[in-house]
Amino acid sequence: MSARPRLPPGAAASVALLVVFLAAWEWGPGLLRIPSYIIPSLSEVAREAVRMWQVSHVLMHTGVTAGEVLAGFALGSLLGAFIGYLLGMSPATEVALSPYILALQIAPKVAFAPLFILWMGYSVYPKILVAVLIVFFPVMVNVLTAIRTVDPDLINLARSFKATRAQIFWKIEFPASIPALFAGLRIGATLAVVGVVVGEFVGGNLGLGFLLTFGEGQANTPMVFVSIVLLTLIGGIAYLGVVLTEQRVLHYLPGRNANRRVG
Amino acid sequence: MARATRLEYRNVTMRFADTAGRGVTAVAGVSLAIADAEVVALIGPSGCGKSTLLNIGAGLYAPTDGAAFVDGERVEGPNAHVAFMLQKDLLLPWRTVAENVMLGAEIHGQPRSQRRRRAHELLDGFGLGEFAGRYPHQLSGGMRQRAALARTLAVEPSVLLLDEPFSAVDAQTRMVLQRDLARTLTRAGKTALLITHDLFEAVTLSDRVLVMSARPGRILEEMTIDLPEREDPLARRRDPRVNDYVARLMDRLQIGEDTLEPQAIGGGA
Ligand SMILES: Nc1ncnc2c1ncn2[C@@H]1O[C@H](COP(=O)(O)OP(=O)(O)OP(=O)(O)O)[C@@H](O)[C@H]1O
Ligand SMILES: [Mg+2]
Repeated sequence: MSARPRLPPGAAASVALLVVFLAAWEWGPGLLRIPSYIIPSLSEVAREAVRMWQVSHVLMHTGVTAGEVLAGFALGSLLGAFIGYLLGMSPATEVALSPYILALQIAPKVAFAPLFILWMGYSVYPKILVAVLIVFFPVMVNVLTAIRTVDPDLINLARSFKATRAQIFWKIEFPASIPALFAGLRIGATLAVVGVVVGEFVGGNLGLGFLLTFGEGQANTPMVFVSIVLLTLIGGIAYLGVVLTEQRVLHYLPGRNANRRVG
Repeated sequence: MARATRLEYRNVTMRFADTAGRGVTAVAGVSLAIADAEVVALIGPSGCGKSTLLNIGAGLYAPTDGAAFVDGERVEGPNAHVAFMLQKDLLLPWRTVAENVMLGAEIHGQPRSQRRRRAHELLDGFGLGEFAGRYPHQLSGGMRQRAALARTLAVEPSVLLLDEPFSAVDAQTRMVLQRDLARTLTRAGKTALLITHDLFEAVTLSDRVLVMSARPGRILEEMTIDLPEREDPLARRRDPRVNDYVARLMDRLQIGEDTLEPQAIGGGA
C-alpha cells in the first residue's frame, strides 16, 4: 500500500483559483478605478488589519465573538439534539408540539436579537441566545427525521432479541442518527456565526459584529473587510471542527478515510 | 413421528387496518405445527401473508385471532427461543462483523468474553473468521448474509424463522449459503420455518413444504419431501425426484390462483 495520500483531483485548480482571486483583489480595484471606500485592495485591508491589531484590540473582539459562537453552537446543538431525540422517541409529543415548532422555525430567528437585548442588556448572553435559537432547528429537525426513518426492520430485529426501549435507542436509533446529526451540526456551525454577529450589530461594544458596524460608521471600509474575513475564519474553523469530528466518529462508513485501508 | 412440536400456529388470523380504514385480512385461520428439528418451507404468492406469519411467530405482531405457540407456550411477545432472519442482512454499519453477531447476546446481557468467544466460533464456522473485525460494507453480499445467519444462531434459538433469506444474493452464492444453512440446521438439530419463492430451495432444504393460497392466506396443501440428505441440498438438487416435487408445487400454485410470480419458477436455473 502506498502510504502517501494523493491530493484529490481539482486541488491544484482550487489553489490556482485562490491565487487568481487574491491577485484580482489586489490589483483589480486599481485597474477598474474602484475607489478604496468601495473595495479596498488586499494590501490596504492587510494594513488595516495590522493597525486594528495595534490599536483596536482586534484579538479581544475576535475572542469574544469566537467564544459566543462556540457557546451558542454548543448549547444550541445540545438542546436541538436533546429535543430531537425526545420528540423522535415520543410521536405523541411531536404531534402536540409540531405546529409551534414549525411557527418558531419559520420565524426569522435573528429578528429576536433586539428583544433579547432588551431582556438581557448589552452582555454576551443575548448574542449567545440568538445563536442557540438559530442552531437549534437544523440540528433538531435532522435528528428527528433520522429517528423517524430508522429502518423498522432494524427495530424489529432488536425487539426480537427482547431489547428494552432504552436498548433500542442506544444500540439502534442513536447510532443510526449520527450521520444526520452531523449534517445538522455542519449547518449549525455556520449559522451560529450569523446569530452572534446579528446580536452584536444590535447592541453592545464588543465583538467583530461591533467592529463591523463601528467601521461602517467611520466609513472605514478596510475595517469592515477585516471583520468579515475574521468572521469567515471563525465560521470556517467551527465547520472544520465539525467535519473532522465527523470523520473520526463516522469512520465506519464507506468512502471515508479512503487512505487508511484495512489489510 | 413422536417428536415434540416446537412451533405451532393455531387458527391464526391477522387483519390489518389499512389507511382507508378498511381492513385487510392477511392470513385467515392458519394452523400448522412444526416438530423438533424439522425444517418446513412455506411458499405462496406474493402478499399472501407469509411474512405476517413469521412476524407473529417472532412475537412482533399480535394476531387478530388464534395464537402461535413455541414449545407449547403461547407467544405473547418476542422470546429468546425464536430468532429470525430476513432477505435484508440488517447488519448495523457502525458495528464490526463480530459486534454485529454479538448483538443479540449483548442485549440479553451475556458476559462480554462469553459472547465474543461464541461470535468468533460462529464466524470461523462460516469461513468469516478473518473478517470479524471488518465493517459490513467491506463484505460481499453473500458474506453479509452469512454474518446475518451467524447473528441469528448466536442467541442459540431453538426455532429459526427465515424470510427469503437468500433471495437477494446471486444464484451461485445462494447455493453455497443454502448448503451452509442446511448443514447448520441439521447438525445443531434446529427447527426452522423457511419462507421462500424459490421452489427448488423449498424442496431441497426442507422436510415438508406448505403451500399458501393468495390473500387471505390459508394453507392449501402440505407436501412431505421424501428425499434423503437434507443436510446436503446440492446433492438433493441432482436427484431427479426434486423436479417432480417442483412440478407438483408449480401445478398447485397455479391452480390456486394465477398470481404466481415469475421468480417462483426461475429459481432452479
Ligand atoms: N404492518 C402492516 N400493516 C398493514 N398491512 C400489512 C402489514 N404487514 C403486511 N400487511 C399486508 O398484509 C398482506 C400480507 O403481507 P406479507 O408481507 O405477509 O406478505 P408476503 O406473503 O410475505 O409477501 P411477499 O412474498 O411479497 O413477501 C399484504 O397485503 C400486506 O399489504
Ligand atoms: Mg414477505
